[in-house]
Amino acid sequence: MIIAKPKPIEEIIELVKDLKSVLVAGCDGCVTVCEAGGMKEAQVLASALRMYFRQQGKDARVDETSLTRQCDRPYIAQLDDQIEKYDAVVSLACGAGVQFLAERFSKKPIFPGVNTCFIGVTEQKGEWTERCQACGDCILATTGGICPIARCSKRMANGPCGGSSSGKCEISKETACGWHLIYERLKELGQLDRFERPNDPKNWATSRDGGPRKIIKEVSQV
Amino acid sequence: MRLNYPTNIKIVKLPCSGRVDILHLMKAMEEGADGVFVAGCLEGDCHYQAGNLRAKKRVAYVKEILDKIGVGGERVAMYNLSAGQGPRFAEIAREMTEKIKALGPSPIRIAKRKAAGRPTTEEAA
Repeated sequence: MIIAKPKPIEEIIELVKDLKSVLVAGCDGCVTVCEAGGMKEAQVLASALRMYFRQQGKDARVDETSLTRQCDRPYIAQLDDQIEKYDAVVSLACGAGVQFLAERFSKKPIFPGVNTCFIGVTEQKGEWTERCQACGDCILATTGGICPIARCSKRMANGPCGGSSSGKCEISKETACGWHLIYERLKELGQLDRFERPNDPKNWATSRDGGPRKIIKEVSQV
Repeated sequence: MRLNYPTNIKIVKLPCSGRVDILHLMKAMEEGADGVFVAGCLEGDCHYQAGNLRAKKRVAYVKEILDKIGVGGERVAMYNLSAGQGPRFAEIAREMTEKIKALGPSPIRIAKRKAAGRPTTEEAA
């Protein structure tokens, strides 16, 4: 899922402090699971903003809602009949959701309430780690199911580098060396000969080097 | 034991302090409470293992938010005591009441009453 973390409240206050009505819009998708922008977080933020406005002596309206997904038009369309009531929306969805709202409600300022960080997994409650960088050309089949793009700090196609020490990366003793993990996993799978066939240089055209990406699945189109 | 504690304290009973949510504390403050304290079991003595430790983290989280929005994090507090410590409860109730009285009424309550044209007794005095 997409992992995000809430923006500091002072940053959000700075964005909305002069407004009279604000809608805090959560998203029931990824950001709910990573506890950054679901209904609960929308309620907490809205409550904090109401208290902020109240003690500033301002009679501002702050409401909260949460949409099933902010990355699908039918769900954001649910705001069509209430958006006019607000001066701006603080969206707690990932960057995609914020932009999709901004696209639909072109005359309304849409502010991000979270920092979208990475595609990752839940290690344990309250802890999430990165696993994928959406490079658009998956090589996990050749690397023992461990991604050198997401897990190696240098995104090396062939590693490890000289900075790997006792299984840890040179950037931090907390960070596992991605290529060390790949070595251990391939050893477990009996595929260490994989290291005798280096990976070709990666074609980054499928990643961000090719500009904003688009996928069309014709059979799904109507 | 017929212990006395200040009458301004309203008790909300919950099965475990682990049930206390961030939102419960936020709502209480938003509604105009001058302060809120969570009375959980002693650390290490939670019947549900970690309820009081969770409450502790949530109280700390709410303190941070209240500090940032200018309401003041010192208005919420976490206390640990066992169900058998009645005198300690009365002591905490007095301690918290004195602390909040020293801080004065919540800025939210002041603003609310001002907006309604009813200044607080402290302000009127």
